[in-house]
Amino acid sequence: MIAELGLAALWLAAALAALQLVAGALGLTARGAVLGTIVRPVAVVQGVLTLLSFAALMALFWQTDLSVKLVAANSHSAKPMLYKLAGAWGNHEGSMLLWVTIMGLAGSTVALVERRLPERTMLATLAGQAFVSLGFYAFLLLSSNPFERLNPAAPEGQGLNPLLQDPGLAFHPPTLYIGYVGLSVAFSFAIGALITREVGPAFARTMRPWVLGSWVFLTLGIVAGSYWAYYELGWGGWWFWDPVENASLMPWLAATALLHSVSVLAARNALRTWTMMLAVVAFSMSMVGTFLVRSGILTSVHAFAVDPERGSFILALLLINIGGALALFGLRAGTVTEGERFAMTSREGALVFNNVMLSAILGIVLLGTLYPLLAEAFGAQVSVGPPYFNPMGAVFVVPMLVVMGIGPLLRWRRDSLARVRLSVIVPLVLMLIAGIVLAMQGVAVLPLLGIALAAGLVVAAFLPLRGRKLRQVKLPLWGMVVAHFGVAVSLFGMACDSAYTTEKLVALREGDTVAVGPWQIDLVVIEPVAGPNWTALQATLSARYDGGSAVKLQPQSRSFWTPPQQTSESALETRWNGQLYAVLGERGEDGRWQLRLWWKPFVTMIWYGGILIALGGLLALIGRVLSDLRRGIARDKIAYRKLRQGR
Amino acid sequence: MIRFLLIALAVVLALPSALPLAAQDKLPPAPYAYRQLADPAQEAKAHALMQTLRCLQCQGQSITDSDAPIAGDMRHQVRVRIEAGVEPEAIRAQLIESYGDYVSYAPVVNALTWPLFAIPVLLVLVIGVVLRRRLTTRSA
Amino acid sequence: MNDPVPSVPPKAPRWALWLPLVLFGGFVVLVLFGLLRPAEREVRSKMIGKPMPEFSLQPAVADRPGFARADMATGQPRLLNIFASWCIPCAVEAPQLLALKQAGVQIDGVAIRDQREDVEAFLARHGNPFARIGADNVSAIQFAIGSSGVPESFVIDGKGVIRYQHIGEIRPEHVPVILEKMKEAGR
Repeated sequence: MIAELGLAALWLAAALAALQLVAGALGLTARGAVLGTIVRPVAVVQGVLTLLSFAALMALFWQTDLSVKLVAANSHSAKPMLYKLAGAWGNHEGSMLLWVTIMGLAGSTVALVERRLPERTMLATLAGQAFVSLGFYAFLLLSSNPFERLNPAAPEGQGLNPLLQDPGLAFHPPTLYIGYVGLSVAFSFAIGALITREVGPAFARTMRPWVLGSWVFLTLGIVAGSYWAYYELGWGGWWFWDPVENASLMPWLAATALLHSVSVLAARNALRTWTMMLAVVAFSMSMVGTFLVRSGILTSVHAFAVDPERGSFILALLLINIGGALALFGLRAGTVTEGERFAMTSREGALVFNNVMLSAILGIVLLGTLYPLLAEAFGAQVSVGPPYFNPMGAVFVVPMLVVMGIGPLLRWRRDSLARVRLSVIVPLVLMLIAGIVLAMQGVAVLPLLGIALAAGLVVAAFLPLRGRKLRQVKLPLWGMVVAHFGVAVSLFGMACDSAYTTEKLVALREGDTVAVGPWQIDLVVIEPVAGPNWTALQATLSARYDGGSAVKLQPQSRSFWTPPQQTSESALETRWNGQLYAVLGERGEDGRWQLRLWWKPFVTMIWYGGILIALGGLLALIGRVLSDLRRGIARDKIAYRKLRQGR
Repeated sequence: MIRFLLIALAVVLALPSALPLAAQDKLPPAPYAYRQLADPAQEAKAHALMQTLRCLQCQGQSITDSDAPIAGDMRHQVRVRIEAGVEPEAIRAQLIESYGDYVSYAPVVNALTWPLFAIPVLLVLVIGVVLRRRLTTRSA
Repeated sequence: MNDPVPSVPPKAPRWALWLPLVLFGGFVVLVLFGLLRPAEREVRSKMIGKPMPEFSLQPAVADRPGFARADMATGQPRLLNIFASWCIPCAVEAPQLLALKQAGVQIDGVAIRDQREDVEAFLARHGNPFARIGADNVSAIQFAIGSSGVPESFVIDGKGVIRYQHIGEIRPEHVPVILEKMKEAGR
């Protein structure tokens, strides 16, 4: 019953999306203007229906209703409740339903709250949103129905992959998804503005909160995913330049560029065409990423439910949505007149530089990710990995970060470097000193550059606050400072991990001791333990940092029975200056236990930095929304006063 | 979404063979699969090389990131040869001779891969030229 | 309005506005190709046409000798079969190997990461088509000849040059292909 209800809600939502598209399009014409009035209510109801449908799926997973195919294939009655619920989006069909749900809710929110833009642009925007949604509804309903019944019902579910039975699954995919799909709003705004040719600061201010919000979620999603892989995969790596990871990085790069260019558009009415294009590209990258992952077209993903039919379907969606949007861009962008002009040495100039560099990095990541496919077309197999991405990325990241340190100090429109020369002396000197010290230590080039840049940027990030009364600094400026500081912190973590990590692979008996960096580690005992749906062998390690007091680490080697599988659970001990990482391996023939141990100085800074970046975005978002609200209230007051005076 | 697919993938591919479900072999790992070389300098060399070699069965990972037996065996090969004084690039070249460019994550410039390097260079050039033109226009 | 500030960036030329669409078109063509011709996921050996590298293997079982590189260049083509007792597809291909032996093919086996008693039990159960069986506990020969899994089979000609690689189990329909390759290698 619940399944049928969910399916019905989904069909109804799809029908409303069609109505929204037609009414929105006709509403733009002179004769259909009256139809335009139903667009907003329809968008709201559509969002509610998608939410209902998703709630139905959650309920089915909650009850472990094994007469539903998706539940039987991905859940199990013996699983902890959190993972039962997370199972709802831990698969293709459920995650696509989550996608349309977020998209529907985003559409409702736009329809409910956005009042700043001309109504024509709003109609075009909501019609665009409906158009994109319709494709995904078709995908769900025609080829990936999450509510399909199983007759007869399965006696027991097949369980969820043990590596996915982790809090990471509950948090990471939905976060990333909100980011991906949030960008669809920016996409629709761009479509709307291209259709009605109304691009300006008001448009940028309307779009900005959506970009900021999506970007915050994307950042958190990537940070969570990276940390999850770091502790779950058990080899201490946190980024592999795998196609699947790149698929999540590319929308983030585009959104970061968009975030900066939309600020130029809002503040200075410049970069109109460029911002339009980025808005289209950002969501396109979300869809391209989804396509690359689902179609199984790249080697990395082929083991995950390869389905050429799904791949073809998403490709058709890409072709219609992205192809259509880019064609519209080609036709209309020329008629959106270019905005205000500015000098190269100015705030705008620095932001343009940032945009160009981010786009170049995006280009390199895309190139490296797709190149194996291109090589295959010529009958050869090549691999593109860290030895390519790291130095190539650095070529563009390094100049970009240097400008990131200086740009925020520059004035809008035109400025001279001489004016800010004194301010940047401190970070520059810090950078030089760090560079020289590291060079004497014999640190490799990339980590050296990373740490030196981070040292300079940590200070440079706060320079925009100089000479201001801190209590009067507006939230968006705080946001920028915090986010740029986060970049420095994260960069520091990455570079330290690569420069100073100590690895020890050892075979120990109970009672043996080993040294890893500054740590002394004793293997105390190995014993069996039991969990809710697994049993494990657990090692108890006693670790002392630099002769200090002992801390306990308990890495496990787990055996799950639904489905039967072995995983190793790493154990982490976090200090302010790094992390000790322990993994229990197999027992050798001589009775000694295999242990993998790493001391990773400052590795946690990678994710703390990421969280700071997201926090910066959040501060800016709150600041923008608050001032928008204030402006809206002031406007209403004036209108009200006028009304009373009129009486 | 993305990342958990990756992990799911890692699990699927960490199985001992990419071929239809093989049973686990009972042999202990090769001596140097999970043991480091005694000389830290040699180990560092071996580790740097291993990070850039692709596991042949768990196709999305380097051999330092995999528990697959064949990855362990390949780590053993690399460490043994490094210990014998073979240069890392010679080991890479030998593996490329056996398996082709696929086995190395560090693409080399050849008839097939030159755009991979030409395009970034082109990007730098275009950006450089445009910036230069802007700057000179201003001072003129 | 006399504005001294030059415009940056300048108005993009018309054609540049179509550039994103063109790039996207290239992307679609590329992935269409990838979708239509599902890529070959197997890693093929690049040693075809090259002589067998140096190796020497201890015997894996009591009643068959081990072998070395010199034993491969006997003037007659041979089939080199990479197998293991723990590998299920290897059991699947056993009847085909016996059929090949019946047809007069000389087969040498390499047992990968295996133990003597397991190999003996495997051969007792599924038949023993091998003239020689070497043991390789660290997959070294695989790295030398570009083999990335079990089972795989290589046709080696009389001069010890690798002529053909078969990836995965040999199914009945593959037997004629292998016989053909053996014949070619014998010429």
